[in-house]
Amino acid sequence: MTAAKAVRRSFSGPLGSLFVIVVTVLWTIPTFGLLATSLRPKQEVATTGWWEVFTHPELILSNYHTVLFEGGFGVSAGMMPFLVNSLAISVPATVFPLVIAAMAAYALAWVRFRGSDTVFFVIFALQVVPLQMALIPLLQLFSGGAHLGGLTVIPAVNLSGTYAPVWLAHTMFALPLATFLLHNFISQLPRDLMEAAIMDGASHFKIFRSIVLPLCTPALASFAIFEFLWVWNDLLVALTFAGGTPEVAPMTVRLAQLSGSFGGRWELLTAGAFLSLIIPLIVFFALQRYFVRGLLAGSVKG
Amino acid sequence: MPATLHVAASAWSDAGIKFGNSLGAIAGFLGILLLIFFAAGRATGRFAKPLAVLVMLGPAVLLLVVGLVAPLVRTVFLSFYNADSDRSVGLRNYDWAFTTDSIHTVLLNTALWLVVAPLTATGLGLALALLVERMRWQGLYKSLIFLPMAVSLVGAGIIWKFVYESRGAGQPQIGLLSQLAVSLGWEDPPNWILTQPLNNFLLIAVMVWVQTGFAMVVLSAAIKAIPDEVTEAARLDGARGLRLFWFITVPMIRTTLVVVLTTVMITTLKAFDIVRTMTGGNFGTQVLANEMYAQSFTQFDVGRGSTLAVILFLAVLPLVAYNIVQLRKERETR
Repeated sequence: MTAAKAVRRSFSGPLGSLFVIVVTVLWTIPTFGLLATSLRPKQEVATTGWWEVFTHPELILSNYHTVLFEGGFGVSAGMMPFLVNSLAISVPATVFPLVIAAMAAYALAWVRFRGSDTVFFVIFALQVVPLQMALIPLLQLFSGGAHLGGLTVIPAVNLSGTYAPVWLAHTMFALPLATFLLHNFISQLPRDLMEAAIMDGASHFKIFRSIVLPLCTPALASFAIFEFLWVWNDLLVALTFAGGTPEVAPMTVRLAQLSGSFGGRWELLTAGAFLSLIIPLIVFFALQRYFVRGLLAGSVKG
Repeated sequence: MPATLHVAASAWSDAGIKFGNSLGAIAGFLGILLLIFFAAGRATGRFAKPLAVLVMLGPAVLLLVVGLVAPLVRTVFLSFYNADSDRSVGLRNYDWAFTTDSIHTVLLNTALWLVVAPLTATGLGLALALLVERMRWQGLYKSLIFLPMAVSLVGAGIIWKFVYESRGAGQPQIGLLSQLAVSLGWEDPPNWILTQPLNNFLLIAVMVWVQTGFAMVVLSAAIKAIPDEVTEAARLDGARGLRLFWFITVPMIRTTLVVVLTTVMITTLKAFDIVRTMTGGNFGTQVLANEMYAQSFTQFDVGRGSTLAVILFLAVLPLVAYNIVQLRKERETR
């Protein structure tokens, strides 16, 4: 009998199953209510609960059209530009840290040098730094450059109104966790394989490109999903580095604004919220298997 | 409606340009890397290894120093300065943080979040991980419970704000919780979000909703990884049910339990989206992460904002320090 089975048997009983079913239903209902509300006409939403859809099914798509292209909150632009911003932010902010972290993880795992263990732990420890701590200095750096006494170390670059500060900030903030997770994976590649490659005279760059990257695809994929969801769902970094304009701000910023000021228009607010869920949900359900595996790489140890 | 069509068309062309920029940035980034790799890969002899370390590790270290280490130092420094960062005020900001009534509420609320959210999410996750295993369609249950992980905290805030939406007595309720209360015979349920201190727990429930799936999935994998011999031996010794769970399962997955607890705790401590979306920090629900943002970016008091950020940092420090000690031990035994 396997361990899982033994534990399973000890906890068997209809009460346990009932508990799981109740929790599952409780966990699903709020999201379902959101979807149902977003598909109902305005006057219906304002006067009756969404559960009425079961008795009076009257569903429309016009809330989505309003929220995407017309704004509908007394603002001229709809959600569309913010939705585009979310994508334009998330894709590079996923690729950049992934590549940089994979390189660092390889160097720390396979290119031996003195102090590599210390560097690894320092990088891991940087997870403690709350983003809130880095915001003000980073913002000042982006707008005013860095100066040491009278000497300009990093010149001020005018990046406002572009995605660059958001990409950069996400890349920096993702590195500790990304390096840690990828290191766990890369350091477990077979030693024989790596040594054989070195014997053949391959440079570290060649090994990284032609052996490590292909073998790491599952780990890279899982972290990519993780990071994509994280960036897509982020509010703090976007709020600080992208402002609230349709030029660069992502959907989360717009949603937070709308929720604060026009909480009463539930048919539009729910449509907006569901719009912001669609892409993460597609990514999540399509790639759930990899996503879970990636989470486990860093957190399950015997 | 030609006007709408026009708006839609310009939105699409705008999207094309923005997307082009993003893809261009990625292409440029990868192109530069390939060039550097090509050049550095030609180096041989005693320079080869240092060059490899520099090229592979350099970007990460540089970004971390600029993005995290330097800001960390600078924030600590700013926390001893006034609102405009031009005059040193000594410990006055810290004095303010620990003696102001409104900040007391903030610290108290943060402590409440820190205790209730991780314990509930991990406890529920553990119970579900144990119970779901023997059920048919367990994949379906797991996916549905795990699903809120894909929802942004802003989205989660809106979803639950709608659940807690409240109308006056006698009016038809559109929020699920109020309707439920009415159905159970409570004629005039309160406005949940405004009711202190209940509203704090209602907001914490949202965090639990998001994090339980994560705890369940990770713990479920840890339970499956327990070697069969261990359980088998325990059963031969007569351990059953709760005893088996308490003396075998829990100790075997202790490390994972700690990791899950810390991860949820760190997320909880740093997350401010839920409070921001649902109450804006009003009605006695403010937490440290949101207050810090408000001080720095709404009140423009960089000194006080930095001070709160430092307090936040000091609160997370022991958690990660503990994790590092554990990690070190494991690497030594590996």
